[in-house]
Amino acid sequence: MKTYDAIVVGAGHNGLTNAAFLAKAGLDVVCVEKNDYIGGATVSRNLYKDWWYSNCSYVCSLLRPEIYRELELHKHGLQVTPYGGSVQFMENGDYYGSYHDEEVAYREMARFSRHDADAYKRYSADTMRQCKFIRDFLLSTAPDPTSFKPKDLMEFARIGSKFTGMGEERMHETIRFWTMSVAEYLDEYFETDVIKAAFSGSGIIGTALGIHSPGTAYVLLHHYMGDVDGNVGSWGFARGGTGAVSSAIAGAYQAAGGELRTESGVEQIIVKNGNVTGVALENGDEIHGHIVVSAMDVKRTFLTCMDKNDLPEKFHKRVENFKIRGSSGKVNIALDGLPTFPALPEGSSLIHSDMHFIDSMERMERAYDDWKSGTWSQDPYIDMVIPTLNDPTMAPPGKHFMSCFVQYCPHQIDGRRWTQEEKEAFGETVINQIANYSPDFRDLILHAEIRTPQDIEDEIGITEGNIFHGELTMDQLLFNRPIPGYAQYRGPINGLYMCGSSNHPGGGIMAAPGANAAREILSDLRRPNTVPENWGDD
Amino acid sequence: MKHEPVHQGRLKSPFHSRLESLDTVNEWHQWKGYSSADQLYCSDTEYFAIRNATGVFDLTPMTKYRITGPDALDYLNRLVTRDMAKVRPGRVAYAVWCDDNGQVIDDGTIFHLREGEYRLCSQERHFAWLKAATLGFDVTITHETEDVAALAVQGPTSYSVLSKMNLEGLEELKPFGLMHFDFEGSELMISRTGFTGDLGYELWIDPDKAEALWDALFEAGELHGIRAIGTTALNMARIEAGYLAAYEEFLPADETIRTGVSRSPLELGLDWLVDFKKPNFNGRRALAEEKRNGSAWRLVKLDIEGNKEAHHSYIFSNAKARGGQIGFVTSAVWSPVCKQNIALGTVNTPHGKPGDTVWVEIYYQREMHWNRKMAKATVVDKPFWFPPRRGATPPGPY
Ligand SMILES: Cc1cc2nc3c(=O)[nH]c(=O)nc-3n(C[C@H](O)[C@H](O)[C@H](O)COP(=O)(O)OP(=O)(O)OC[C@H]3O[C@@H](n4cnc5c(N)ncnc54)[C@H](O)[C@@H]3O)c2cc1C
Repeated sequence: MKTYDAIVVGAGHNGLTNAAFLAKAGLDVVCVEKNDYIGGATVSRNLYKDWWYSNCSYVCSLLRPEIYRELELHKHGLQVTPYGGSVQFMENGDYYGSYHDEEVAYREMARFSRHDADAYKRYSADTMRQCKFIRDFLLSTAPDPTSFKPKDLMEFARIGSKFTGMGEERMHETIRFWTMSVAEYLDEYFETDVIKAAFSGSGIIGTALGIHSPGTAYVLLHHYMGDVDGNVGSWGFARGGTGAVSSAIAGAYQAAGGELRTESGVEQIIVKNGNVTGVALENGDEIHGHIVVSAMDVKRTFLTCMDKNDLPEKFHKRVENFKIRGSSGKVNIALDGLPTFPALPEGSSLIHSDMHFIDSMERMERAYDDWKSGTWSQDPYIDMVIPTLNDPTMAPPGKHFMSCFVQYCPHQIDGRRWTQEEKEAFGETVINQIANYSPDFRDLILHAEIRTPQDIEDEIGITEGNIFHGELTMDQLLFNRPIPGYAQYRGPINGLYMCGSSNHPGGGIMAAPGANAAREILSDLRRPNTVPENWGDD
Repeated sequence: MKHEPVHQGRLKSPFHSRLESLDTVNEWHQWKGYSSADQLYCSDTEYFAIRNATGVFDLTPMTKYRITGPDALDYLNRLVTRDMAKVRPGRVAYAVWCDDNGQVIDDGTIFHLREGEYRLCSQERHFAWLKAATLGFDVTITHETEDVAALAVQGPTSYSVLSKMNLEGLEELKPFGLMHFDFEGSELMISRTGFTGDLGYELWIDPDKAEALWDALFEAGELHGIRAIGTTALNMARIEAGYLAAYEEFLPADETIRTGVSRSPLELGLDWLVDFKKPNFNGRRALAEEKRNGSAWRLVKLDIEGNKEAHHSYIFSNAKARGGQIGFVTSAVWSPVCKQNIALGTVNTPHGKPGDTVWVEIYYQREMHWNRKMAKATVVDKPFWFPPRRGATPPGPY
């Protein structure tokens, strides 16, 4: 029986990226995927008539342009179109909009507070400074602080010099920033509740933390550090939905000679004499390989698909304690036409923007309280977009696809599986909140797909449906991600590697964990590196 | 004799009222005397209208001539370097014309409207040159820039938009084809041409019907993401398509003061447009000689590493800049659709063959401070952006 050079488990965008760079280096690679479609959480699905849903991830910014270019994703059908702005609908009938045009954004902010409008520049510079710092490390492996290998020491020296280069005051700020809450961070600049509420959303998306929880300032950064065409912090739509990202990477992978097998769920990663030798599939087949690269989250990889006896005791314990909590749901809606939002002026560009329906910090925090009590937020923070205003390919002309990302939504209700009634009630909560600001919205709904973290876990196998494959807190970032001592994409067993979002630099459509892991693997195998270098902002 | 006083200030195209009503940023420049928009609301969004949906650009200020008469074909064949006999009625040809030294005066498109009836469209005005070349030919040349209003309708949904306008047979129109339709009693000419390298059309109509055409077009396009665009967005798309622009990639030879600053078609990568099988055309001798002896310059398409745009950069054959510069960048842009740092440039031969590596000296600013980078670049021979939909007939809905 054939032995592959590498078996990549999971055809999410990171697994595919990893596989593509390995195949480009000339390895004989097979990528196995449990579902009958590829993409994992980066997927477009045709679930209703001619509508395509970005049914998990829906917007794109973190995807490393170096990878985009190296894999020539445009030749494989990917096109990312930026969009701008956001709006916060308010209970008093007003709204706060943020605009692409700097001066318009300023005037709008000044409508609420001239203080805040003027403070924005400083906020923006301080946040960009942090972005610039972290952006340099996205396409590289985090150094191990306990290692004396030249590579680690050099990388530490590089980080160190970037850090000390900031100067004393900014070094202090940076250390604080990485552990503070988004609410505290915003309090340092702004006085207006709705403005703070608007910015705070990025600090909690995808986390099981509230706006006052330490570490959420970093999460904000995680949503700002990407770019579209060099505009740091801006977001875009992948034409055809986010599945276009995965299918383009798959195209590059296959063009490099890689093999893709769907409906091939891995039941067990096989270990013999301390070395991995392949995988056993759920359908009973076995595939042999010199190395196995898991793109599944760290818990699923080690707790579900491996034998406990094959793993070091302490490592196993650490994996068990890895924080990966379900906190976000999704409602995907097919619309018969474009809903109106009477609060917005006629022809407002804000209809193209991210829409939100929470206008105060208190409501943000209360949304979290519900989650802590084991249920979904009764007044949730929704990040809603209508990609079809931009993308002509996802619904018939004049019809629309609406994507609602919902924070907070627990993995289970009171510690047990969701019932159908609860799921529907969750969907109803979301639809109601939007309908409060759009009277014709409800009647335009043709179909809705309601997704709880439980559904996401069931379908794409992410533990608890956590969108980032694990919480983005300092104890689980950089050299701590996923587990201290194992942050360089190598598992605790010979020939076993990890390349999913549980690894540095974390979740989101970024492709960086997959690419970074490929670089490490190729270096172990003494093959030429095919992974591009970071371009750098300077 | 009483005369009309000359118009002071900027001219307004027949579409101006419509552009003005969409404009939010008030950024205009002048193009051959007309007000033309740099951008109308946001050049990034406008650029993506071209690549993602449909962008509409007012190209009325393009210089246009009507060429008719029994000798029209012979005349054109004498004028331009390519063989116009192959361009049948209903077809459009991209062409260049040269002076006797084989130096390019301009490039443009020639529309074979009907048997023996042509329209020549160019960036520059050439009436004197065109007239002079008529010697011995029975042709009439009419300047018709103001008599024809024109719109470029470009992007993946452009066919979907136009298909809603009752244009029978449009689905059969192939790239570089043209067709005539009736629009409210006037003739509407549609050609499948453009400056974007994407699926797209150009619409030509009597200025009196311009506003009505615009309105009908925008109504048809409402559900297909139609947007008006300005020059900034269009220029990004044209660099991605690898198209030349006068005053960027070449200068009209008859306007140059210094020797050696003009270019021949061979030096612009337009060999395929020069047909030496034709017995005679302006510049033939000089071009034949150049073909034998080799050209001095070569136009290059550059795929440059990194993401810093290479505006106005010098080009070198090595990273250390040894041996001095071999040329310079003429147009540069970060390509949002290819996620590539691209440029067009002109280099001395023998440098710049497809596949060659050259080095580009890039200066870029970060927070007031200037930095310099020598970036590696690969010479490519294909346009950067060339999607399959551009040639599909009938076009899909995309
Ligand atoms: C609801 C939701 C919304 C999000 N929104 C955004 C957004 O808008 N923008 C953004 O940038 N990010 C967003 N994210 C995050 C982003 O989508 C994910 O972080 C990213 O897609 C994860 O990619 P991955 O390749 O690491 O893992 P995954 O996409 O989880 O891929 C893992 C793959 O492994 C497969 N698999 C699992 N178990 C097995 C097995 N035993 N055998 C074989 N195959 C297996 C799965 O089916 C899956 O295909 C969102 C995520 C979710 C869930």
